[in-house]
Amino acid sequence: MTVKELASALDCKIACMPDESREITGGYAGDLLSWVMGRASSGDAWVTIMSNINIVAVASLADTACIILSEGVIPDDGVVEKATEVGVNILMSQLDTYALCASIFKLI
Amino acid sequence: MSERVNFHFEIDGENFTSAGEASVRIKKHLRDMGFSPDTIRRVSVAMYEGEINMVIHANGGSADVDVYVDRIEITLADKGPGISNIELAMQEGYSTAPDNIRSLGFGAGMGLPNMKRYTDNMKIESEVGKGTTIYMTVNV
Ligand SMILES: Nc1ncnc2c1ncn2[C@@H]1O[C@H](COP(=O)(O)OP(=O)(O)O)[C@@H](O)[C@H]1O
Ligand SMILES: [Mg+2]
Repeated sequence: MTVKELASALDCKIACMPDESREITGGYAGDLLSWVMGRASSGDAWVTIMSNINIVAVASLADTACIILSEGVIPDDGVVEKATEVGVNILMSQLDTYALCASIFKLI
Repeated sequence: MSERVNFHFEIDGENFTSAGEASVRIKKHLRDMGFSPDTIRRVSVAMYEGEINMVIHANGGSADVDVYVDRIEITLADKGPGISNIELAMQEGYSTAPDNIRSLGFGAGMGLPNMKRYTDNMKIESEVGKGTTIYMTVNV
């Protein structure tokens, strides 16, 4: 499933989607950046409530397929610009982290 | 006969918004040079953790990445406060990061352990009051 397909299946809002055809191969949830950096796999949909600029570098370096901000969180100023520049997809969901992960699990 | 390509970065200790930028740039360079995704991930994750540490704990520093045919060497040097107990600092979960840094998602105490896990060789030289230099090697 691509990021674009996942976004529509989950009814997510799109903050930016510079790489919409990126394939999603798994998922990871977490807000501690070093945990995510060390444990998330390439191709994961990364679910977090962290909205600051540093999530862009983490997603880029851990090579996740997209960031999904849960719980209605929206990205801080400047995050979307940076993510677009480096090719990181960011989606937004109203679901809480548990419900969102459960939905992703069913879809992929 | 050792072919070497060097990338040098100054890491700004004041600027949290640009923290990690050197690592993102290195990722791009390594991809252009044709390294495997796994090698690129290991180098850039290890370097990111080191870069963030220099910003959080040492008020900035410098990063050098030396690319050889068979390995990539990363050297991170700062003139920060140094690490008094390296063994303790290497433990998962140990962190002296202040609360405002934690609220950004840092300070999990996983940085140095990640650096060790993702590289084939890691050496820390540190002197309290003088600074810290970390050498890491990822074999290709
Ligand atoms: N470059 C550095 N200069 C001084 N102290 C450091 C440096 N890097 C790491 N440390 C110390 O080692 C601890 C553990 O580092 P790390 O595992 O990256 O965890 P964290 O950065 O989340 O605190 C830090 O909290 C800090 O006390
Ligand atoms: Mg750290």
